[in-house]
Amino acid sequence: MRLELVPRADPGARARALAPLFALLAAVLIGGVIVALMGRSPLAAFHVYFVQPLTQGWALQEIAVKATPLLIIAIGLSFCYRANLWNIGAEGQFIIGALVGSILPLVTHGTGAGAWVVPAAIVMGIVGGMLFALIPAGLRVAFGVSEILTSLMLVYVAELTLDYLVRGPWRDPKGFNFPQTVSFDATLPYLVDGGRLHAGILLAPLVAVAAWFVLKHTLFGFGVRVAGEAPKAARFAGFRPNRLVLSAFAISGGLAGLAGILEVLGQIGQLKPGISPGYGFTAITVAFLGRLSPVGMIFGALVMALTVIGGENAQIALKLPLDLTRVFQGVLLMCVLAADALVTYEVRFVSEARA
Amino acid sequence: MRHFTILASALALAAGLAAPAAAQEKLKIGFIYVGPVGDFGWSYQHDRGRLAIEKAFPGKVETTFLENMPEADSERSIEQLARTGHRLIFTTSFGYMEPTLKVAKKYPNVMFEHATGYKRDKNVTTYSAKFHEGRYIIGQIAGKMTKSNTLGYVASFPIPEVVAGINAYYLGALSVNPAVKVKVVWANTWFDPGKEADAAKALLAQGADVISQHTDSPAPQQQAEAAGKMGFGQASDMIRFAPKAQLTAIIDDWSSYYIERTKLMLEGKWESKDTWGGLAQDMVHMAPYTNMPADVKAMAEATQAAIKAGTMNAFKCPVFDQEGKEVPCKGAGVLSDEQVVGMNFYVKGIDDKLPK
Amino acid sequence: MSIAEAVLITVITAATPLLIAALGELVVERAGVLNLGLEGMMAVGAACGFGVAVMSGSSAWGVLAGVGAGMALSTVFAILVLGLAANQVASGLALTILGLGLSGLIGAGFVGTSRAAIAPLFIPGLSELPFVGRLVFGQDPFVYGSLALAGGILWFLSRSRAGLKLRCVGENHVAAHALGIKVLHVRFAAILFGGACAGLAGAYLSLVYTPFWSPGMTAGRGWIALALVVFASWKPLRVLLGAYLFGGATVLQLHAQAASLGLPSQLMSAFPYLATIVALVVMSVGRRTAVTPGSLATPFVPDR
Repeated sequence: MRLELVPRADPGARARALAPLFALLAAVLIGGVIVALMGRSPLAAFHVYFVQPLTQGWALQEIAVKATPLLIIAIGLSFCYRANLWNIGAEGQFIIGALVGSILPLVTHGTGAGAWVVPAAIVMGIVGGMLFALIPAGLRVAFGVSEILTSLMLVYVAELTLDYLVRGPWRDPKGFNFPQTVSFDATLPYLVDGGRLHAGILLAPLVAVAAWFVLKHTLFGFGVRVAGEAPKAARFAGFRPNRLVLSAFAISGGLAGLAGILEVLGQIGQLKPGISPGYGFTAITVAFLGRLSPVGMIFGALVMALTVIGGENAQIALKLPLDLTRVFQGVLLMCVLAADALVTYEVRFVSEARA
Repeated sequence: MRHFTILASALALAAGLAAPAAAQEKLKIGFIYVGPVGDFGWSYQHDRGRLAIEKAFPGKVETTFLENMPEADSERSIEQLARTGHRLIFTTSFGYMEPTLKVAKKYPNVMFEHATGYKRDKNVTTYSAKFHEGRYIIGQIAGKMTKSNTLGYVASFPIPEVVAGINAYYLGALSVNPAVKVKVVWANTWFDPGKEADAAKALLAQGADVISQHTDSPAPQQQAEAAGKMGFGQASDMIRFAPKAQLTAIIDDWSSYYIERTKLMLEGKWESKDTWGGLAQDMVHMAPYTNMPADVKAMAEATQAAIKAGTMNAFKCPVFDQEGKEVPCKGAGVLSDEQVVGMNFYVKGIDDKLPK
Repeated sequence: MSIAEAVLITVITAATPLLIAALGELVVERAGVLNLGLEGMMAVGAACGFGVAVMSGSSAWGVLAGVGAGMALSTVFAILVLGLAANQVASGLALTILGLGLSGLIGAGFVGTSRAAIAPLFIPGLSELPFVGRLVFGQDPFVYGSLALAGGILWFLSRSRAGLKLRCVGENHVAAHALGIKVLHVRFAAILFGGACAGLAGAYLSLVYTPFWSPGMTAGRGWIALALVVFASWKPLRVLLGAYLFGGATVLQLHAQAASLGLPSQLMSAFPYLATIVALVVMSVGRRTAVTPGSLATPFVPDR
């Protein structure tokens, strides 16, 4: 007997919507068994992992804060991935965006400069990320060098550059020589009193809508889609591949840079080493969880954010080890991916004799 | 879905999630670690301190820890600990400073203890340890034990604590061996066993015969052992990884401090202050002196006693910087605490450059 | 031992885990599958390898356990991407998260446990030759194994019938299917092989390189191995070159620091990454043919 996948003619909207729920159910069952094996109550684990984050105000805010950079980066990445370009260096573009964007707040620190600093810094962040992403894109266009390698290697270069700056030239002179810049005067305002929801969050849905519009309704978006699905056709249709490579990377890097500077202005308020807990890499998962569609990526980002918040809750409330919550995160993602596949294909067991 | 949620919540409550009254009387204490508790170095030692609290106050405290917490992500986690009824929270890495202060403003009734920082508040205390005291002792031992007069130092990041450590180590060695040199390699990581091992190998290949480290894994000591050379454990006693090579180890011991702060909290006498303890306060202590001749051991013990008694100091004036200029002496015959806490210069004789 | 000799020996140790993991991934990718879960499989290999070696007291059992653990984890990946045709990139990343978590759970009991490294093989007489002795005849078994692996894969891909089938599956799975090749079987075998190599590379870390277990000890080596496959344009001997180049650059910058060049340490640490980019650019000049396996990362669902 063996497995066979049969594509479904039309999965239908209902199946697509129900799939994540089944995935969740499967993951909860697997996770429940593991938790029970560890001697904790699976029900309590379910409560702190899923129910609490989705029913309490602070947790919803935190999910939004966490999902914002993931979504913005993932949307940028989706332009590359749709065009079959493998940008895996969003982490580096995030860091360089944060770094270039921070120049203005640093220079104007203590000068009482007006409200223009924040928007200007955001623009600079976008430009910074964009330029950094154009390095792998340019090398690919000019020399045919694989962007997978260059974009990844540049992540480490970006991290070390940030490290050098905050330990050397940009160090807070009053900070006892610890690696950090001054705390910026210019930061994004909070939306809720006493909460952590910052104004940068509002940009995430805007970016998603803009991306949807560009992909669906512009010639450029069409070019990106065709280039990915049928590169030869794209060439016949007159889309210039080099220009496409550069623009997809520019969008991707610009958005990663945007996420970086928003994180600094909205959350951290200064530059220091390790400003990203791996957002640039997690966003790759988000992009593919969301099947590269803006709506899908919104859900993808929310799911990833939920697993982080829920996992932390489980560590605090039930004293479950971090590694266990990671295992569960992995299992949950796999279930979501499997469910997604099951919507697209029907699994049939075929006996070897008949086949 | 909504029904499902309500049902699940109800079940969860029925399963005993609602905390029993007795548990509420326990003092809940939270810890945030920057590395995994299994790093056998920095975070591991903080976790030993946490376990010491549990042991010292059975039934009176409940502790929680979050490990491997990225500094950029810590504000939420610290706040989550505060929100879930933790009344005393230890944030154990420099990078948690600003997040700790932000959360402390929102939760005036929760007390915070931030390790290695310098900003305090009504409910934020800082604490750190004078690791450089131990570095001075191991410097002396190294100065005596080296045959090649070349000492190797695997460093992590150029922060003041690490720089002060290198200086104290070199000054210690110089005090007993005027011909000694120290070679520094920056691994640019706190924890990457492979890279730390490679750094140690590079130092050994270039003639160093005593390996000191300010990174967290036992890998450099294993390399010293494999090469038949000597070394010093870092943060915890690493003798089992290098039984023939380890001369001693500088052990971070937070237990007594953590127990004392918990006691004050239980008695309602906790208040904000800064603690910078060394050998005398038992926040730094030395692993047994092994693999060395009796006279070296006697010297090390004498130095340890003198530092403990306050009659000896690694940074006794005059101290000269790399250009040979005398560093202004702001303490009583020694560099002031502030000068050491913020140290960003190498002393004369160290052949390496710091980022400016 | 001269410095040059010491440097070369260190380079070999630093390069070997990268080489082993990258060779496995190369075979996987030549079969048209992209498994980004290397880091996770290496971590589990390191944890299981060390744990079993400590419990059984035998390095050989440890190595086998590391290999087995890598294969077990890669089976999970295979079920997702072959059995269910799930997205390979996302599945690989999920595998990394799962693997890192699992390795922590498995290794938790072995934190702080020490064990002697697997000894190098000394060949009496030959190992004492000046300069080349230690270098050529005094390495640990993994080093020889990894070189044999590179040669074996080269032969397999270019000379054997099975290798031809595998390349065919990777280049164009529709055509391969039409030729009667069982695409999914070939891919499953390749994924298992990749898992075995990643597990072996992990076991090398915890049994030879730094003989202890600690969470996070893979420290991103899985990602570097992935990049090396691209660097090598999917050719086994160039993987060898890439791994030794990267390992060499890593070790050289440490030596340069020990010799006090006076450059910022961050620049020195960035050197291996920059050197790899520059090397790739130099090698790419003039050659612009696409070398990526044609069906890489696209799922295959046979028509009936």
